[in-house]
Amino acid sequence: MTKIKVENVTKIFGKKSERVTELLNQNKSKQEILQETGVTVGVNNVSFTIEEGEVFVIMGLSGSGKSTLVRMLNRLIDTTQGNIYLDGENLSKMNKKDLREVRRKKMSMVFQNFALFPQRTILENTEYGLEIQGIDKKERTKKATQALENAGLGDYIHQHPNQLSGGMQQRVGLARALANNPEILLMDEAFSALDPLIRKEMQDELVELQATVKKTIIFITHDLNEALRIGDRIALMKDGAIVQIGTPEEILMKPADDYVERFVEDVDRSKVLTAENIMKRPETVNINKHGPRVALEQMKREGISSIIVVDDNRNLKGYVTAEDASEARKNSITSLETILKLDIPTVDRTTTMNDIFSVIHDTVTPVAVVDNKKLIGIIVRGAVIAALAGESEEELINE
Amino acid sequence: MNNILNLVPKLPVAEQIEKLTAWITQTFSFLFNPIQTYSELFMDGITTFLLFIPPIIFILLIALLAFFVSGKKFGLTTFSVVGLWFIYNQGHWENLMNTITLVLVASLLSVIIGVPFGILMAKSTIANNILKPVLDFMQTMPAFVYLIPAVAFFGIGVVPGVFASLIFAIPPTVRFTNLGIRQVSTELVEAAEAFGSTGFQRLFKVELPLATSTIMAGINQTVMLALSMVVIASMIGAPGLGREVLSSLQRAQIGTGFVSGIGLVVLAIIIDRITQKLTNKTKK
Repeated sequence: MTKIKVENVTKIFGKKSERVTELLNQNKSKQEILQETGVTVGVNNVSFTIEEGEVFVIMGLSGSGKSTLVRMLNRLIDTTQGNIYLDGENLSKMNKKDLREVRRKKMSMVFQNFALFPQRTILENTEYGLEIQGIDKKERTKKATQALENAGLGDYIHQHPNQLSGGMQQRVGLARALANNPEILLMDEAFSALDPLIRKEMQDELVELQATVKKTIIFITHDLNEALRIGDRIALMKDGAIVQIGTPEEILMKPADDYVERFVEDVDRSKVLTAENIMKRPETVNINKHGPRVALEQMKREGISSIIVVDDNRNLKGYVTAEDASEARKNSITSLETILKLDIPTVDRTTTMNDIFSVIHDTVTPVAVVDNKKLIGIIVRGAVIAALAGESEEELINE
Repeated sequence: MNNILNLVPKLPVAEQIEKLTAWITQTFSFLFNPIQTYSELFMDGITTFLLFIPPIIFILLIALLAFFVSGKKFGLTTFSVVGLWFIYNQGHWENLMNTITLVLVASLLSVIIGVPFGILMAKSTIANNILKPVLDFMQTMPAFVYLIPAVAFFGIGVVPGVFASLIFAIPPTVRFTNLGIRQVSTELVEAAEAFGSTGFQRLFKVELPLATSTIMAGINQTVMLALSMVVIASMIGAPGLGREVLSSLQRAQIGTGFVSGIGLVVLAIIIDRITQKLTNKTKK
């Protein structure tokens, strides 16, 4: 179900918005418009939808308009043009009172520098969203305490924010956002101010949390690795416009243009790509139909030294080598059963390349990719290396 | 060449201001007169109350206050005790109480009027643009000038003294309130907004608490300015240590002049240190 729909949204900072719109229609770049009019285009004609329960990552370098975009979703910044629909309701046309209700009940925000109120204790911070709704002290304390305990901060509730480390402060920020049980979480560079180890920990926690709470999360980041790790879908922004929207694999394997390609160049692919992404269609013989002769023929034709053996349901049985097959043919053996070798390494389709390395490095045969025992592909060494080198999918297929 | 400068005859600015003052005095006399009467009564009441407290108790109370706000240190405490005793010893106790009343009332009024104006300036760019030059004007105009309309409106005595002090002393409170609110980090304001705060909730739960220490610094300045007006206000009949200084000046009595002056200094230091310590406390 569509949760948020963003439709042709543009944000122009400064006056002269009509003139700027005209220039935008003429496809002038952000730079040109700034020079010509002195006006900054924050977001330029952006459209996308966010599904309920998905983690939607908006990523781009600083100045790409991602923070502006997320602030338009809860109208901390008003759109200059275009509409944003939340559950089918037009957010851009909402009056102040309804907007406040949306902010109180439906959306919460987590900030880059935590934005904890320094004069309030951790508990009072977490209570804030409930407090301004007029929920009575007892109930809000209960809810806030629960949220903090879930975040593992039960012991710190009477401390002040400056007594906590960055990671803990952001846990409070997250607990505060979750305390009023929103449907949508807006996370603006939520982990960017944390050091790398803590950041990774928080990312894992967020993924874990999401598995249980199933919120719709809009996550802003400038870190592609972070985007790939937590995003169900990623929107890449440049100069206020969205360059590409897709799943992490799509972004990596089919970059829409040079900009995206340069972006994904530095990614540690081994942590993102899975067996599924790099496997090839396997050559197989059927154990119930074929004998050594057919196996040998096929190997000759493909120029390979071993071939995978499956049964009628494409369940993986093992493999045979060319050597064994020709030996068997000489001895007039008609079944593959006797020369079948079973020591073929297998990986699941979701195994990341990182884990495939250890499997593939000490085997002569290709690695079989299985889904519930069923063979769906094989991985050869060359493909692993090619994928690491950052070759796109088409190139891989051509090989 | 001078002809160009003389093209316009002398503008009747002074006359117009006089006319305006006279008009205000007459038109609003129904307002000014009761204000003067009741304020005088009220302030006399405060002074009478302060004088009703035995000096020894008063000194002890101030000492206790100094002791606790300074974090249980003895420096300020000792200074307060010795300083206040000195004023008592010199026979200026009643003058001191009159001065305290004047400073207290002027400062309180400054805060009551100044903080809302500061908030207004922080919230509205238009108000900010209008009030800024007004505040500059109020602060740079020689304080003596305020005495004239003060007398016109409220006669002579302590009430016009408070009026003049108020105008002179209010700008820091307004400015610092404005500054304090504007200085609250955008992210915190965004957080308040993102959770669905109303304007009032944002102001009272986030902005004002975070601006408190800055506002306190402004109030400290206001109190000091009010104190500096004591001598000037005595020219239009405000009682207190200021009047002693003024009369010593008129009679060229160096000794009495210094004694009253030292009394003012003692009061200034005690008030300044105590309000400063309170400012630092709110920072935590």
